[in-house]
Amino acid sequence: MEEQQDQLKVQQDAEVLPKLAVPETAPAPAAAGASIFDVKNTSIYYGAFRAVTDVSLTVHENEITAFIGPSGCGKTTVLRSLNRMNDLIPGARVEGDINYRGVPLYGSDVSPTAVRRRIGMVFQKANPFPKSIYDNIAYGPRINGIRNKGKLDEIVERSLKQAALWDEVKDRLNKSGLGLSGGQAQRLCIARTLAVEPDVVLMDEPCSALDPIATGRIEDLMREIKSRYTIVIVTHNMQQATRVSDRTAFYSVLRDEKNDTRTGVLVEYGRTAQIFEDPHDSRTQAYVTGRMG
Amino acid sequence: MMAAASNSLGQPVDLREPSGWRRSKNQIMTILMWLAFVIVLIPLAFVLVTLVAKGADAISLQFLTNSTIPPNVVPLGVGGMGAAVVGTLEITGFASLLAIPLGVLGAVYLNEYGGNGILARLISFMSSVMTGVPSIVMGLFIYIIWVLHFGYSGMAGSFALACLMLPIVIRSSYEMLRLVPDSLRQGSYALGATKARVTVTVVLPAALSGIVSGALLAVARAAGETAPLIFTILTVEQTNPNLFSGPDTSLPLQIFSNAQSAYVGANARAWGAALTLVAITFILMIVARIVTALFTRNTR
Repeated sequence: MEEQQDQLKVQQDAEVLPKLAVPETAPAPAAAGASIFDVKNTSIYYGAFRAVTDVSLTVHENEITAFIGPSGCGKTTVLRSLNRMNDLIPGARVEGDINYRGVPLYGSDVSPTAVRRRIGMVFQKANPFPKSIYDNIAYGPRINGIRNKGKLDEIVERSLKQAALWDEVKDRLNKSGLGLSGGQAQRLCIARTLAVEPDVVLMDEPCSALDPIATGRIEDLMREIKSRYTIVIVTHNMQQATRVSDRTAFYSVLRDEKNDTRTGVLVEYGRTAQIFEDPHDSRTQAYVTGRMG
Repeated sequence: MMAAASNSLGQPVDLREPSGWRRSKNQIMTILMWLAFVIVLIPLAFVLVTLVAKGADAISLQFLTNSTIPPNVVPLGVGGMGAAVVGTLEITGFASLLAIPLGVLGAVYLNEYGGNGILARLISFMSSVMTGVPSIVMGLFIYIIWVLHFGYSGMAGSFALACLMLPIVIRSSYEMLRLVPDSLRQGSYALGATKARVTVTVVLPAALSGIVSGALLAVARAAGETAPLIFTILTVEQTNPNLFSGPDTSLPLQIFSNAQSAYVGANARAWGAALTLVAITFILMIVARIVTALFTRNTR
């Protein structure tokens, strides 16, 4: 009788904590490439407020690394510190070491502009410039001093093809970029980022405003381009992390009840399959099984 | 249960605004808004109709181009306002050349570079103060610091008009730059653009049509100013082709002096000059709108 009850309890527990199935399309673990970002004991502040504390992780070449976690856990803050976009926010400050290919990103002689030319970013909300589709893509190369019309044409075509947008817009390259649909506009922004041939592409919830079909296309796109670029993506969608990413970092929020402040922490970082199937931390398990956040 | 079912099946659904006070309120407010619109339109229509009715007779090619403004006693048909037309175009044009670039750059500094710094706050405060300075005081100011030393000239008038235009251009351009979404700036920064690049290639083009509108308002305001010119360009009856020296004249000044006269011919010339001034401003507005539309055809 008692044994039966125990068995029942175990079964119930198993039901409460279902494993999140990792689909077949998930990339097979491969040998880790060279490290692109080495983040060591990094804390990020906005003024006196500590947004993220003590993050350490390594991003590998030609992999897709996903940042997941509940709102306010600082995953976007960490992402934006990787190409120094946080510099644009008054009072933002980074403590600790962030190395990009062995070079300290926050070294005194590092130019944020030079950093951002190598490390591009795609934003949550598509932000095409109020220019023609052509000029949107040619914007980055022009900044880099490319004026040759033939060269620009070539870059525009190549970038739009990489972003799987060429067939839809090739007849209206001189029309405004603002006339595109949400998914097209986001792919335009990805093409714009790829046009400068960056080393790394950072993506801040690139699909959060898109429908499943548009999301699927962007995920296909990410898998296609990852052989040439390293991608770090912030996502609220755990399915998306399992579908596209090689590694996953789970962030959570530490609440300080005394001072009523919240700080983001990196809870667990590892292979995506491990994070979702065999999380070592109870908070990760609670999150990936849908019990929290 | 039964009642609800029969109700939903039996009667047609009424989706109109519920009757009673709410519907009446809607009607009253709609009427009030139309009324306000008509009331605003009345003085505008009245001015335009009067101007055309009284000024159209004076307009002729000779009136617009003859370089000698005749004495008041001379009837219409002799001489013309060519000198004043040239003066207005030159003086307002040069004033725009001074004030618009400076004003737009000032607004760029305030919105993109100055932040909340002491200099930005000082400039913002000063331009607000400048907006409130009466135009005749601007004329007196230029009279004291320029005319007393270098004599009357069209350029002195341009200085006075530029002082008037500057705060208008700064204020309107600043408001337009503030409306440019930050996401555009971020997108440009993320491609490795420097701040100057972001401003020149993304922020200013996105705000261009609004900036042009503000600048046009300033130009129209300056073109119609009389007071600041009295102390700075004096007035003459012959075309002064040199903007940089010697007294000049302008349409508002001619309207002012001719309208005060007791002679019919002078009065007719004043009406004609007034219509010419409005027409010049109107044409300028249309040309600037077309040019802006050509430049910004991809921004919407």
